[in-house]
Amino acid sequence: MAESNTLILDKAGIRRALTRISHEILERNKGTTDLALVGIRTGGDFLARQLAAMIDRIEESQVPVGVIDITLYRDDLSHREVRPVEKTTLPFSLDDRQVVLVDDVLFTGRTIRAAMDALMDLGRPRNIQLAVLIDRGHRELPIRPDYIGRNVPTSKDEGIVVEFNEDNAPVSVLLKKN
Amino acid sequence: MAFSHKHILGTAQLSTDDISLILDTAESFKEINQRDIKKVPTLRGRTVINLFFEASTRTRVSFEIAEKRLSADSINISASTSSVVKGETLEDTARNLEAMRPDIIVIRHSASGAPHYLAERVNAAIVNAGDGAHEHPSQALLDLMTIREHKGSLKGLNVAIIGDITHSRVARSNILALKKMGASVRLLAPGTMMPPGIEKTGARVFTRMEDCLDGADVVMMLRIQLERQGNTLIPSVREYARFFGLNRSNLKCAKPDALVMHPGPINRGVEITSDVADGDQNVILEQVENGVAVRMALLYLISGESVSET
Amino acid sequence: MKILIKNGRLVDPSQNLDDNLDVLVDDGVINAIDHDIQSSDADLIDARGMFVTPGLIDMHVHLRDPGQEYKEDITSGTRAAAAGGFTSVACMPNTEPVNDNLATTDYILQKARICGVVNVFPVAAISKGLKGESLTEMGELKEGGCVAFSDDGHWVSNGDLMRRALEYAGLFDVPLISHAENFSISGKGVMNEGFVATELGLRGIPWVAEDAAVYRDVALAEFSGSRLHICHISTRGTVEIIRTAKARGVRVSCDVTPHHLTLTEEAVRGYNTNAKMNPPLRTAEDLEALYQGLRDGTIDAIATDHAPHHRDDKNVEFDRALNGIVGLETALPLVLMLVDKGAFSLNTALAALTTAPARILSLPRGSLKKGGVADITIFDPEKQWQVDSERFLSKSRNTPFEGWTLKGRVSRTLVAGKTVFQDLES
Repeated sequence: MAESNTLILDKAGIRRALTRISHEILERNKGTTDLALVGIRTGGDFLARQLAAMIDRIEESQVPVGVIDITLYRDDLSHREVRPVEKTTLPFSLDDRQVVLVDDVLFTGRTIRAAMDALMDLGRPRNIQLAVLIDRGHRELPIRPDYIGRNVPTSKDEGIVVEFNEDNAPVSVLLKKN
Repeated sequence: MAFSHKHILGTAQLSTDDISLILDTAESFKEINQRDIKKVPTLRGRTVINLFFEASTRTRVSFEIAEKRLSADSINISASTSSVVKGETLEDTARNLEAMRPDIIVIRHSASGAPHYLAERVNAAIVNAGDGAHEHPSQALLDLMTIREHKGSLKGLNVAIIGDITHSRVARSNILALKKMGASVRLLAPGTMMPPGIEKTGARVFTRMEDCLDGADVVMMLRIQLERQGNTLIPSVREYARFFGLNRSNLKCAKPDALVMHPGPINRGVEITSDVADGDQNVILEQVENGVAVRMALLYLISGESVSET
Repeated sequence: MKILIKNGRLVDPSQNLDDNLDVLVDDGVINAIDHDIQSSDADLIDARGMFVTPGLIDMHVHLRDPGQEYKEDITSGTRAAAAGGFTSVACMPNTEPVNDNLATTDYILQKARICGVVNVFPVAAISKGLKGESLTEMGELKEGGCVAFSDDGHWVSNGDLMRRALEYAGLFDVPLISHAENFSISGKGVMNEGFVATELGLRGIPWVAEDAAVYRDVALAEFSGSRLHICHISTRGTVEIIRTAKARGVRVSCDVTPHHLTLTEEAVRGYNTNAKMNPPLRTAEDLEALYQGLRDGTIDAIATDHAPHHRDDKNVEFDRALNGIVGLETALPLVLMLVDKGAFSLNTALAALTTAPARILSLPRGSLKKGGVADITIFDPEKQWQVDSERFLSKSRNTPFEGWTLKGRVSRTLVAGKTVFQDLES
C-alpha cells in the first residue's frame, strides 16, 4: 500500500505553537506559582521540558517538570502485547499543585484518562489542565484540552507522528496516510 | 521487546532479552513500591490463585503483595486447608480451579515438574513459585536484579553459590540465569550435596571455600535444610559450618565490595555467621524488597494479549 | 488339520536356519520344514515377503491377574501378547494375592487355559508375600506349573535368604530371577542419576544401585552353584559383571527390555511419566554396552517387562507416577529397528526372543524343529505403522512410543498350529 506523508508543522511552526501555549499557561495560571508540568511518556515528556524552558525564558521562573508512564493504567492490557514499563519520575509533591499534563497528540482521550488516574494515585493536585501539540479528534471520552498547538482533522486510519531529533527536541509533525 | 511466554516455569525457558526485559520492568515497578499509594490498576479484574502445596511464608506473601499492588484479586490456597490431604489428585485440583476461571495460578509444589503438569492441563497462566529441587525462577530473577543494581551489569561477574546445590531449586534457577547473562558461576558444596553433571551448565565446581570465594563479586549462600540433615548428607551442622559456612574471615577472600546474598530464611551460625549476615556487604533485605517488584513484573508481562506458548 | 506356510523366509536360531523354507504343521505339531513342500489337504498361508520364526517368548510380563484386572487380565494380556508375536509369556508373581501359593498358580493356569490365547507360564514368588522373610513352597509350586521364582520389583535384600533360596531352588533346577536393585542405595530416586536428573530436579537412582546388587547376586549364585537370572538389566556395569561371571562358569543369565535398548534418560524430559521405569532409562553409553552384551552373548534374552498401568497411575506428578510401561505390542518392531541400525544381528535378536528364554525357563519351545509344538510367528519386516495406544489390545496405554513410526508388523501368530492373531490390514 502506498504511504504518503503530509507535513503539518515544521520546526518553526512547532516552536511558535509551543510559545503560544507557554503564554496561555502563564496567563491562565497568573504566573508560575504552584505550577508544575507533567509529560506523558513518550513524547509528552520531551514537550513538557520544551515548555518549561520557554516559560523560564518568558517569566524567569523555573517550573518543575515530571514524567509519568501510564502503561500500567491503560485499559487495553488484554487487547495487546505488553509494553515495557518505564519509570515515573515526579521530583516534587503533587499536593495542591496546578498541574499541566502535556502530551503530543490527543486522540481518543484514553491516554489522558489513564494519566489522570495515575496522577490521582500519586497525590492530590489542586487542578489538572491539559496541553497537547496536536488534537486530531475522534474522542471516545469526555476530555477537552485546555491548550492546543494545532487542530488537525483526521480520519481514523490516518496517523499523526511527531518526530524528535536526537536531543529530544520536536522537529516536525507529519500526517501519515495509509 | 515482546514477551512471548504464557507461563513462567523456570529460568531455563528465558532468553537474555527476556531476562533484561523482566529486570527493566521490575525496576519501574520498584518505584511504585516506594509511593504512598502502592497500587496501580493494571490487573484489575484478574484473578490470581496462589496454590501452595508446600509451606512458605516469604514467597507467598511476596507474590500476594505483588498481586494486590497490581489490583488483581488474589486467593490463597495452602496445602493445610486444601483437599490434597483428602487424597485429591493434582489433576482434579487443577480442573476444579480451572472451572473457577482464574487468569493466573502461582504454584509451589514439592514435586519437580508440578507447574509443567498444570501448564499442560489448564488454560490459566502458570507461575512457578518453586517446584521440588527443580526451579524457583522468581527468586533467581530477584537475585539478578539485586546484583545488577549494585554492579551495573551481570556480565563478567564472578558469582559463588555455596550450599546444598543438589536440593536447591534456587541454585538451579540462578545458575541458568546467571550463565545466560554472562556471569561466571562457581559452586561449592560437600560432595553429598553437589548434583552429578552440574558442570555441564558451565558452572565451575570447587572443593575449598577459600578457592571458591577468591575474587568473587557476589557470594550467594544457600539455606541448609536442617530438617533434611541428620542422616547421611553431612556428619553434623557443626562440621558443615566449619568447612562450608561463610564468616568474616573467609569472606575476606572475596572482593572487598562483594555482595553477600541469601534467599532466606537464614540459619544463623550455620551457613552464615550473624556478623556477616548483618554486615555492610549484605543485601539480603534488598533481595526481599526486589522480590515484590520482580513478581509484579512477571505477573504484568504474562498478562498481555497475543502471547504464544512458552 | 494341516497348515502349510509357504514362500516365507524362515529364521530359526535353534537350528541355525535362515532360508526360504516352507513349514508344514499337522495337528499342532511341526511336521516338516523343507523347500517347496506340496500338500493338497493343508490350509495354505502365503508368507511371501514375511519372516517365519519360532513363536516369540516373553519371559517377563505382568498380567495383573488376579487383583488388578482394571490394568490388565489374562484375557487382554495374552491377546496383546499374540498381537505382538508372542506365543508364550512368563507372568510375574506380584499380583493380588501374590502368586506364592498353589491356589493362585492354579487360578492363573486355569484362567489362561479358558481365556488365554497364548501359553502362560507363571513365575512364583521367592519369598512369601514378596516380603523377603521366608521362602515359598518352591517344590510344590514347580510341580504346579511355575517355571521360575522371582520377587520381581523387590530385590531380596536379605543376603542369607537369597543364599537359601538359591540353594533350595537348586534342588529343582529352577532359576531364580532377580530384580537387582539395592534399595538402600537407590532410595527415593525416580530416574537415572545424572545431568538430566540434575536439570529436572528429580532424585536420581545411580547405576551403582544395580551393579552392587548384581555383584552380590552373582557372588551368591557362584557360591551356591545354582541358576540365577538377572532381569531387565540396564547398566554397562551389569553387562561387565555378568560377562566375567559367565567366563568363570557361574550359572547366570540375564535379559534386557526393548525400551532399555532404545531410550535414554533424555526421554524423561518434560516430566514424561511414561518414561518412568525401574530400572530407570540410562545413558547412550549404557545402550552401547547392552548392544555389545547382546552381540557377544553376555545378554541372553530380550523381555518386555510389560507393565500395564491405569491412566490415573501415570497422569500424576512424576514423583508419584508408578513405574513401567506396556511392551508386548511394540517389542518386535523396536528390536527390528535396532537390527536395522546394526546394533546386533537379526539372528541374535530372534535368539534372544525365542531360544534363549526357552532355555532359561526350560520350556520345550522356541524352535521350529520337526516334532515340536507349532508355535509360530509370521511378520512383515517392512510394514510401517504408527503406534497408536488406543488400538492396543492391552487394557493399558502407558507407552513412551506413542506416535512413533515403526517398521515390522506381526502378520499372524500361531499357538500349537492355531491362529491366535492375524493382522487384518495385510
